[in-house]
Amino acid sequence: MKIKKFKERIIESLLFICAVSSIFITLSIVVVLSYETFGFFKEISIVEFLTGTVWTPLFEPPKFGILPLVTGTLLTTFIALLVALPLGLMSAVYLSEYAPHRLRETVKPILELLAAVPTVVYGYFALLFLTPILQKFLTELSGFNALSPGIIIGIMIIPYVSSVSEDAMRAVPMHIREGSYAMGATKFQTAFKVIIPSAFSGIAAAFLIGISRAVGETMVVAIAAGMMPNFTINPYEPVQTLTAYIVQVSLGDVPHGSIEYKTIFAAGMVLFMMTLIFNIIGFWLRKKIREAY
Amino acid sequence: MNELKKRIKYNKFLSSIFLIIGLLSTLVGLFLLTVLFVDLFIDGYPRLTYKFLTSFPSRIPEKAGILSAWVGSFLILFVTALAAIPIGVAAGIYLEEYGRKNWITNIIEINIANLAGVPSIVYGLLALGLFVYFFKFGESILTGGLTLALLILPMVIMATRESIRAIPNSIREASYALGATKWQTVQWHIFPYSLGGILTGIIIGLSRAIGETAPIITVGALTFIAFLPSPPITSDFPFLSFKWLFDPFTAMPIQMFNWVSRPQKEFQVNAAAAGIILMIMTLIMNGLAIYIRYRFRKKIKW
Repeated sequence: MKIKKFKERIIESLLFICAVSSIFITLSIVVVLSYETFGFFKEISIVEFLTGTVWTPLFEPPKFGILPLVTGTLLTTFIALLVALPLGLMSAVYLSEYAPHRLRETVKPILELLAAVPTVVYGYFALLFLTPILQKFLTELSGFNALSPGIIIGIMIIPYVSSVSEDAMRAVPMHIREGSYAMGATKFQTAFKVIIPSAFSGIAAAFLIGISRAVGETMVVAIAAGMMPNFTINPYEPVQTLTAYIVQVSLGDVPHGSIEYKTIFAAGMVLFMMTLIFNIIGFWLRKKIREAY
Repeated sequence: MNELKKRIKYNKFLSSIFLIIGLLSTLVGLFLLTVLFVDLFIDGYPRLTYKFLTSFPSRIPEKAGILSAWVGSFLILFVTALAAIPIGVAAGIYLEEYGRKNWITNIIEINIANLAGVPSIVYGLLALGLFVYFFKFGESILTGGLTLALLILPMVIMATRESIRAIPNSIREASYALGATKWQTVQWHIFPYSLGGILTGIIIGLSRAIGETAPIITVGALTFIAFLPSPPITSDFPFLSFKWLFDPFTAMPIQMFNWVSRPQKEFQVNAAAAGIILMIMTLIMNGLAIYIRYRFRKKIKW
């Protein structure tokens, strides 16, 4: 009996260690990023970093203003959201309110494949398929631009937006829907005037997940956006995002401890902070819907 | 009365219009997925030969192949699976079956939800600082595998938890009533019943890992490797060698990225061919996951 109890204890502690290890991952992300970022700020002033509009750390004379990378990231994210939010929301309304059960169960796994396609394949698609097509209509579009990767990222994140919003809409209790139908409302009116407002925090959470995915997306922009840190909001021009810069530096041979090496951690820190804010708000909103019903 | 009839008609019309809009929005994604696959197939088909699979990368596009890339991808995936599966499943079991509702499980939960939202390239930076320079694993297969293991760990944990949560309490109570301990209950009841969901989660996680590019570029995957890692089996005692773990590596998505970023058209054909193989790998894994989920759902009826 005693041996049995002892064995149970050992197993429980082993499982506990595995569960706690996830906290260590987060801690080490924070420690590694902050350690190298502090090293970076010993050499470069934080004011120059956050307000400078020229980012040329790999050239002479090096300039370390992060703003071009931030605007590049926000620009591609914004374009992606213009695509993903309406399409994701419409398809969530359709799947949750209109679609017959069988259709929903078949379409959902296939839709999720959109998120499973390797991102370098999407990059190929953006650079060699979408950009040439867009150039036929938009003559001033350059071969590398923010528009085409933005659109592709938008398509990529549709499943994230639609599946979380759909869950939120389906969590709205049936009697609320029935109340609306009893008043003579159509499905359309019920969906947009009753279901969407009641599922609002869940839908907002879905949007935030989408935003955080788009901000962190790397390969599509690294391939199709052109690796040019332009301080611009013109979607026809080439840009560079935070993520694409990290890839660009990692592809070269960067000596450990050099200032170039530290810049990728500083860029990573900015990226981590941006996504962390979106994730925390999203997590809080999802928790709120779970409490609501 | 007429006014009212008109309004009803208008509203019904609006509702059916939206039926079409909603259906189209849902199908846009599927349509593009098809276009993507067809485009890739047309571009890459001419290069898709047996020789392509068995050649090393080369300066001459027609002679280049993906041998080192797919071998690298499989070895990395092997390390990833070995690291992520036991830890992820154990963590999931702890959180569902053992964890009491206190602040520490609460923190772990928030933390896992947050980890799932961290961009993959940040994991790459973590691995660069931690595995490459702190633990001195170098830019090796071991580092690449562990990096991707960190990335899919939240997915494995969440799949395990969801699958365990679906098991009704009556099963646990029946087991305890027969005098089983907690671990015996987990081992003989909880684990077998949740295996389908866990496997599905693991396969989907691994299919993500195989397509991930950014984090392994950060830890220093090379784009041009014209040799294979050292063999795991040797002729001398003890016949097993782990030297391959520390060899430099490349992987399928890295090879494709390298070819896409070259201006020559011939290399882009190679990229398309590599893309086809990569897509087939992910589609097979996802299909397998869907099939397993379906089989287990059919087999178990509470």
